Amino acid sequence: MKILALDSSGIVASVAIIQDEILVAEYTINHKKTHSQTLLPMLDEVVKMTETDLNSIDAIAVAAGPGSFTGLRIGSATAKGLGLALDKPLVSVPTVEALAYNLYDHTALICPIMDARRSQVYTGIYRFENHEMVTVEGQMAVPMKELLDKLNEIGEPVTFLGDGVPVFQELIKENLKVPFAFAPAHVNKQRAAAVGALGALYYRNGKTEKASEHAPDYLRVSQAERERAEREKRAGE
Amino acid sequence: MKDTLILAIESSCDETAASVVKNGRTIMSNVISSQIALHTLYGGVVPEIASRKHIEKINQVIEQALSEANVSLDDLDAIGVTYGPGLVGALLVGVAEAKAIAYARKLPLVGVHHIEGHVSANYIEHPDLEPPFLCLIVSGGHTHLVIVKDYGEFEILGRTRDDAAGEAFDKVARAIGLGYPGGPKVDKLAKEGNADAIEFPRAKVGDNPYDFSFSGVKSAVLNYINNANMKGEEVNRADLAASFQKAVVDVLVEHTMLAAKNLGMNKIAIAGGVASNGALREAMQKACDENNYTFYRPSPIFCTDNAAMIGVAAYYEYQKGTRHGLDLNAVPNLKLGER
Repeated sequence: MKILALDSSGIVASVAIIQDEILVAEYTINHKKTHSQTLLPMLDEVVKMTETDLNSIDAIAVAAGPGSFTGLRIGSATAKGLGLALDKPLVSVPTVEALAYNLYDHTALICPIMDARRSQVYTGIYRFENHEMVTVEGQMAVPMKELLDKLNEIGEPVTFLGDGVPVFQELIKENLKVPFAFAPAHVNKQRAAAVGALGALYYRNGKTEKASEHAPDYLRVSQAERERAEREKRAGE
Repeated sequence: MKDTLILAIESSCDETAASVVKNGRTIMSNVISSQIALHTLYGGVVPEIASRKHIEKINQVIEQALSEANVSLDDLDAIGVTYGPGLVGALLVGVAEAKAIAYARKLPLVGVHHIEGHVSANYIEHPDLEPPFLCLIVSGGHTHLVIVKDYGEFEILGRTRDDAAGEAFDKVARAIGLGYPGGPKVDKLAKEGNADAIEFPRAKVGDNPYDFSFSGVKSAVLNYINNANMKGEEVNRADLAASFQKAVVDVLVEHTMLAAKNLGMNKIAIAGGVASNGALREAMQKACDENNYTFYRPSPIFCTDNAAMIGVAAYYEYQKGTRHGLDLNAVPNLKLGER
């Protein structure tokens, strides 16, 4: 089984090919956010280097949100275009889950945090039991303070990763009462290899979708919808 | 000779569209998924909502365009896509999708300027039309008077100094409570009104006789409404719509005719969303008839944002050898004639 994986949900752009238990190739850039210009050339590079016939892949796994709205759509539109052109199914992998999967079989709780602006994070809480990732709290957009309260309540050691770490490091140090750690550089950001490995699991479990049906899961409505809802709520009071 | 088939994709604003075009002139399919109803709630296009809708619809729209044309991806010679100008998030959906399809099927990719697409809409129903000709481009974002010197080659004679003509229609529509989209609603209401009831200013713009300005007429309309409100007088909305529309149309036609006369051009075309305006089409036809010019205009369905026009423009670019790479980006403020 061969999975092509894409992640452009944050500042990182990442492309990987996974065949069975082998990571054939992974290309990850954490530089500037120009995914529209970099993602497809990166894929092309990986395909050329590994002499991959795109028709030989079984599915396209894509980090399907949360994340930067535009970044998510570049990844999704690329995956949808590939799916349409190659007649292959897509696998939507929740971004936060794929981040957590970087820390396979970790003993502490795993808490990816992505900076969601407005003092919020896209996050979730996960743990490994019997070599399987278990969701303690599914992915959500919450104020960082709320997440820290939740972790204090659970009362277990936790490891953080994600682009929210540098933003909220001080807040964590000041407010968290449980032992904590930050994941090191090679596993603390989005990696298409993790999207692909988790995508392969999903694929085996039949969790695929048609390319035409796929859309990102933003975890947030647009600003215009939010403001409209607020206006209507105020008008109703 | 073998036919050239192009699949074109357009997602620059609030329509998700795909089309298959044969040899640059024959439209095999023209699928448009409009989001107007969605944006009406907000009184205008909300970029984030538009982008979200594009990603949901794009594959269905492309698949429908292929199936209505009765062609498969194997039959295609190239992929054309709008890469600017427009809303960046909306453009990116079409661009990323088009690049992925072109890449996976090893097809040439041709990026198209949205406004060049609008101009090219004229080729669809006028097989005899070939450059050079004079074209007035009028839409919600653009008001340009250009010479189309050759396929994809433009000389800009005049442009708006402030609001685009379509923008003025939208703002006036909002002011008299017609809502979004303003153009068609003003056009419809104006049919019931007297276009000579109210005299609105026709702005002349200093040094360039072909430039336009529509903020003055827009302000005059808003002032007129305010004055009436303060005096407690009822505004005749139909008269107001008709008079405003005439003020805009008069200037558009007058500048176009002046350019035609000065430059000795006898083929006149119009393009863009406002080109479907009934009063503009009528007035331009009349002026062209009086001066013995041939008047070209697309059917309203090809005036609105659509992918057929992008396929036509892409064909001529493809013939010229234009190819874009996998790093093609959306360019929200792409200039006319820029490559």
